[in-house]
Amino acid sequence: MRDALLDRDVFEPEEGEIMEVSMGPHHPSTHGVFRMDVKLEGERVVRLKPVFGYLHRNHEKIAEHGAYLSAIPYTDRLDYLCSMTNNWGYVLAVEKLAGLQVPERAEYLRVIVAELTRFQNHAGLIGFLLQDMGASGTPLMYAFREREKILDLFESLSGARMMCNYMRFGGLRVDATKEWLDEVRALTGRLPGFVDEFEALLRANEILMARTQGTGVLPRELAINASVTGPMLRASGVNYDVRKVDRYGVYDRFSFKVPLGEHGDVYDRYMMRLLEMRETVKILEQAAKDIPEGPIIDPKVRLRGLRPKAGEAYGRIESPKGELGFFLISDGSGNPYRYRVRPPSMINLTILEDMCLGHNIADVVIILGSVDIVLGEVDR
Amino acid sequence: MALPPVEELKAQIEAGVPGASATVIPNGSPSAQHSLLLDHAHARAVAEFLRNHNEWRLDYCTLVTGVDWPDTETSEKIKVKKLVKAADGTESEQEVDEVRKTKVPGYLEAVYHLFSMEKKHGQVVLRLRTRNRTDDTHVPSLTPVWRGAEFQEREAFDLYGIVFDGHPDLRRILMWDGFKDYPMRKDYVPPADEIPVVETHS
Amino acid sequence: MADELKDLKIELSKNGIFTTTLEELYNWGRKNSVWPLTFGLACCAIEMIATTMARYDLARFGAEVFRPSPRQADLIIVSGTVTKKMAPQVVRLYNQMPEPKYVIAMGACAISGGPFRDGYNVLKGIDRYIPVDVHIPGCPPRPEALIHAFMTLQKKIDEQALAGSTRPRHLQKDLPSEFPVPAFGEHGLEPPQNNDVFHEAAGNPLKVIQ
Repeated sequence: MRDALLDRDVFEPEEGEIMEVSMGPHHPSTHGVFRMDVKLEGERVVRLKPVFGYLHRNHEKIAEHGAYLSAIPYTDRLDYLCSMTNNWGYVLAVEKLAGLQVPERAEYLRVIVAELTRFQNHAGLIGFLLQDMGASGTPLMYAFREREKILDLFESLSGARMMCNYMRFGGLRVDATKEWLDEVRALTGRLPGFVDEFEALLRANEILMARTQGTGVLPRELAINASVTGPMLRASGVNYDVRKVDRYGVYDRFSFKVPLGEHGDVYDRYMMRLLEMRETVKILEQAAKDIPEGPIIDPKVRLRGLRPKAGEAYGRIESPKGELGFFLISDGSGNPYRYRVRPPSMINLTILEDMCLGHNIADVVIILGSVDIVLGEVDR
Repeated sequence: MALPPVEELKAQIEAGVPGASATVIPNGSPSAQHSLLLDHAHARAVAEFLRNHNEWRLDYCTLVTGVDWPDTETSEKIKVKKLVKAADGTESEQEVDEVRKTKVPGYLEAVYHLFSMEKKHGQVVLRLRTRNRTDDTHVPSLTPVWRGAEFQEREAFDLYGIVFDGHPDLRRILMWDGFKDYPMRKDYVPPADEIPVVETHS
Repeated sequence: MADELKDLKIELSKNGIFTTTLEELYNWGRKNSVWPLTFGLACCAIEMIATTMARYDLARFGAEVFRPSPRQADLIIVSGTVTKKMAPQVVRLYNQMPEPKYVIAMGACAISGGPFRDGYNVLKGIDRYIPVDVHIPGCPPRPEALIHAFMTLQKKIDEQALAGSTRPRHLQKDLPSEFPVPAFGEHGLEPPQNNDVFHEAAGNPLKVIQ
């Protein structure tokens, strides 16, 4: 039978059984409360429907009831592994809405914490993906070892390990000391060795190659049409990185490459994260070297009583998961009239069914793992 | 090469898709991201025109947002000729100030943000409005043009009640299927969640 | 145990004789091998995972294996916001766990709804449907706080009696160990709370005293 949306024939056998399995919402794979209704013919996937909303925490409604400032701690809890980049997406949108300027030192510090976030997110993702594949625990332990070091830095800077609540409109909440920057430089010196060690864990492993190469292929045109962003898009060969396209912040001052994949399969997405970790280290070295002295927040901005002029703005950044954007409509009062999050994880799930059709049920888990979803962002 | 300003976009859309009407909605904030309001009948044709345009190639629909604009009331002072009784009992026609209140019906709105991955430019903002918030909340779906709008239109349906005609799989996505309300609307009242525990002390 | 017995116990152990009571032995075995269920809902789950990793290492407290199946788990750590859509699943999982079973409500969201309390889809605390043994405040609580909660649970298990009226739920035949699962209604969950479980919580502000 023809599926109109997928524009292809979906296999429905005349005899034999279709088995319906509900994977989740409580599932050993640690991506959160996510459910997939899978129809199987033997071991092959015939239909797959993602079901989510089990972590729908009404972030948008709560933000519309509060002031602009009080939404910042809630953005920490969107993609709860990457609180710094979530903060940046929101304050960028408000800065566009209200026309605020950010001092240079704040921009450099924003880049440093965002790239540290990207590093620990990609390391954690590779750990979780390999755990789903059966390497039970060891890569995850290595990844979390580095993550703890980065969280120590966040804690000494902003006071919290995960929910940092660090950025403000027009700058930052707290300045970094010279000792903190020295720690960052020391850690950045050790990170390339870690990436080498991490990659060497499984570089030529047969199981990894056999399971991931050719699995879950995402063609280029479908990726663009389905609004896929982030490392998943670049693994399919599309050169679109918001850091290079929009050049927000001071990213145009750093030289870094954007790795691209060829095949768009799970192996390419896995390698994409490894290569991006190396580029991230390059950006960190440059930023930590060139950071100027100066103020960290625009002195004229009213944080608590911010009342932007009536209008709307869409601001976006390249978060570790993809393009994270915030769309704000202001009606002139202190609360946003409409507050909308563009969740990269949810939109990347649009083509989950396309990638999984025809594969075995065991491959569905690793394909989902390579999409890199965090349910706090999918459901908001 | 960048996209032309929004008035030029409007002119080219109306030239390229016969019968289409695109109204410029200005944006008061410093971001200056103006948008275009489309009519229902030609919305999908305009979307395909924008996606397939040789120079613009707007192949990437990044965000679909539902917005609720409730009914409002405007009041204006107008001068009306009325029969007025004077103190001595005679009637004469005079001009009197009267406050006239008119109800402005509200609507639901779907806002689309478009960029181009091929040309690395953007953004173009499109808007589709429903006729009212009660019985006619239909707009055409743009999922057949941009697949990425699929889940986001379902979310606008779930939380606002905007019905997207032509969407291949329109059902609730974040709330459960039996849920009856549209929670993100401005007039949503959550149910009383607590049953007080009554203890009697005799 | 009385002081004289304690002194006797120390004297005997100096001579290489180990004595204990049945209650101590039973509780010692149970408290040092509490196996949690892999149940992470939201951000607190990441701190729970960090607690099991190399730096904080929950395994040395006996929580070596996190079981994916509720039939094999002793403890459910509700870590993260429980939404109304997920609440029936949580209660069902709790019902499937065999006795003796314990619940740790980790984080502000599991205790009372947390920062998301005003949400229309957020359940204001998991203790509306299942009884909770240990609450950990925090958003998210640090891994050390989770370890402290684990130790508190171990102390609680240690103080449970084997006989008498104060014995725990799993040794009393007439107390229920499964609780009714809420159903999806048209505007929320039905019933919004389970009064057999909920009003036992101390300081419940909803008590209307007539």
